[in-house]
Amino acid sequence: MSENNRSIWVFGDYRNYFQNRVTLQLLSRAIELADKISASVCAVVMGHDVDEYVGEYIAHGAQKVYVIEHPQLKNYSIETYSYLMERLARIYKPEIIFVGATMFGREFAPRVAKKLGTGLTADCIGLDINEDGLLVQIAPSFGGNLLAEIITPESRPQMATVRPGTFQEIPHDYNAVGEVIRIPLPEDLPEDRVRLISTERWRKKGQRIEDARVVVCGGRGMGSKKKYKKLFELSQLLGGIIGATRPVVYAKWVDEESLVGQAGKHIRPKVLFSFGISGAIQHTAGIGDAGFIIAINKNINATMMKMADVAIVADANQFCTALTRELKKRIRS
Amino acid sequence: MLKLVVCIKQVPLVSELPWDSRTGTLRRELAEGMINPACKHALEAALQLKQKHGGEIAVFTMGPPMAEEVLHEAQAMGTDRGILLTDRLMAGADTSITAFTLAKAILKECPDFDLVLCGCYTSDSETAQVGPQLVEELDVPGAANVHHIELIGKTLRMKRISDNFIETLEMELPGLVTITTQEFQPRYVPLKGLQDAFEGSDITRIGADDLGLDMGKLGTTASPTKILNVYSPTAKKKNIVLKGSAKKVVEELFDRFEDKIGGAIRKDLKVEKKYNE
Ligand SMILES: Cc1cc2nc3c(=O)[nH]c(=O)nc-3n(C[C@H](O)[C@H](O)[C@H](O)COP(=O)(O)OP(=O)(O)OC[C@H]3O[C@@H](n4cnc5c(N)ncnc54)[C@H](O)[C@@H]3O)c2cc1C
Repeated sequence: MSENNRSIWVFGDYRNYFQNRVTLQLLSRAIELADKISASVCAVVMGHDVDEYVGEYIAHGAQKVYVIEHPQLKNYSIETYSYLMERLARIYKPEIIFVGATMFGREFAPRVAKKLGTGLTADCIGLDINEDGLLVQIAPSFGGNLLAEIITPESRPQMATVRPGTFQEIPHDYNAVGEVIRIPLPEDLPEDRVRLISTERWRKKGQRIEDARVVVCGGRGMGSKKKYKKLFELSQLLGGIIGATRPVVYAKWVDEESLVGQAGKHIRPKVLFSFGISGAIQHTAGIGDAGFIIAINKNINATMMKMADVAIVADANQFCTALTRELKKRIRS
Repeated sequence: MLKLVVCIKQVPLVSELPWDSRTGTLRRELAEGMINPACKHALEAALQLKQKHGGEIAVFTMGPPMAEEVLHEAQAMGTDRGILLTDRLMAGADTSITAFTLAKAILKECPDFDLVLCGCYTSDSETAQVGPQLVEELDVPGAANVHHIELIGKTLRMKRISDNFIETLEMELPGLVTITTQEFQPRYVPLKGLQDAFEGSDITRIGADDLGLDMGKLGTTASPTKILNVYSPTAKKKNIVLKGSAKKVVEELFDRFEDKIGGAIRKDLKVEKKYNE
């Protein structure tokens, strides 16, 4: 073992494992950052029957995995998990803790941060280490089309949450070896004050926007709910998924599941159509990995147009109609 | 008697401003403060509890003096008391210190609360952190992102969607919930009610001194996170601009990129050759 016991931790959020890759994505970024501060990368896993995940995390770059395994931990519990995380962090003193911004992570991380009396930045779209060895948490700033670099200069650990899809996981390496440190469930674990009465799977129908090869995003420039709905037909023809900006979601033209951006989904389609979207940073934060962007806007100076591979100066709605018509002609197989 | 606390925030309307379809610009004149949407749903949830079980609702907000407006609006909806936390020293607090300050005020003004309700996140920062951190400060059981609540004696039954699960949870009060915008559609407040509320409101103003807190514990100074730098991202591509009638542009798009688009959607987009023409 090295002398240096600085470490970067990633919370092992394994629920919905096959869809939820955020832990692996964070491990990959943690490895890059750990290099700069010569730290080790550790995953923390709590639950029951979790060996499979422990193996996965090692195969994806975790050098060490702390495991607390017990039947009592079978269901995700904010109170118990955050209590245990605090205990572990106080014993092993990680420099940094990353948590995936799943629904669970977004509740868990602030509670852990508060218990530890440290700072936390939500929904970072970039993470780096500066010349002082501090974690730089990059997130859209409140108001304005700006990014803010945030640091936690004094308190430790430095903590950040990151939306799924922000970073890319590294490929599996089954030859990777890692140390597994098993920690017994503390005997004085307080009883959970929030009782889980029942849980049922909530099936979202169809393909997920995060995995879609084609996304058709519409913004306020579509004009109205009725006109926005035309994008569904187009999207269907393209075998794609509908995305939206926040005003469109707020106006209830489409439901929240479709929100793309800082507060919504991070997507990485091969082709992205962007209809009547200005390109505010909170939105473009979610499309950084789009392959080929076709933007349609009547304003050539919109940020979205500048980010596009093809910038089409047109009325979003008329273009949608024309494109749909042409596609129908072409896909007559 | 049921003692309910609702924490709300005034947020700018700017980013979702109605948009003038004639001029294509945002209608900035409408850029005033409003109650954060999720907080409004939390208010509605509290009002429904009050209607069913009786009780009293105290509303807390921290912000500049003008944030008092949201307390008046809450009273027009039917809440009983408003508490405004306002002080220069409180400005610039991150989520951790915001939760700390709110907790101090709640414990001072409403120490025997049964339930605290917050909006699940605010539209101007979207962190969703203050609610969960307030749970820690108050040391009560709590659950975030709840869309349904039901009070049975001192037990609160809650429903929420968490990742791919619908969870039903229970806790004994006192506790805290953060409310989503799925249910609890906020009631409509007629203008008359709003005016009355501005006249006869019960508002308490609280500053740092009232909480016995000094600068070292509040605002930017006390916040563990610091903003190092703010910059404008440069994301310009060397791109191709297409202009003209929609029909013409669509043709041009396919002429130049049918392979690219066809490849992504795994379809052959070449125009069929019509042999029998
Ligand atoms: C904390 C926070 C988090 C946020 N998170 C998100 C998020 O996750 N996702 C998100 O999307 N937003 C988010 N926002 C909101 C974001 O800042 C912008 O307000 C939003 O993305 C703008 O949406 P828009 O482009 O549809 O609307 P607008 O900015 O109003 O742009 C409309 C565009 O349509 C064009 N247009 C108008 N008419 C036509 C027409 N007939 N034909 C063609 N083009 C036309 C206009 O030129 C303009 O460029 C967040 C904001 C905050 C403060």
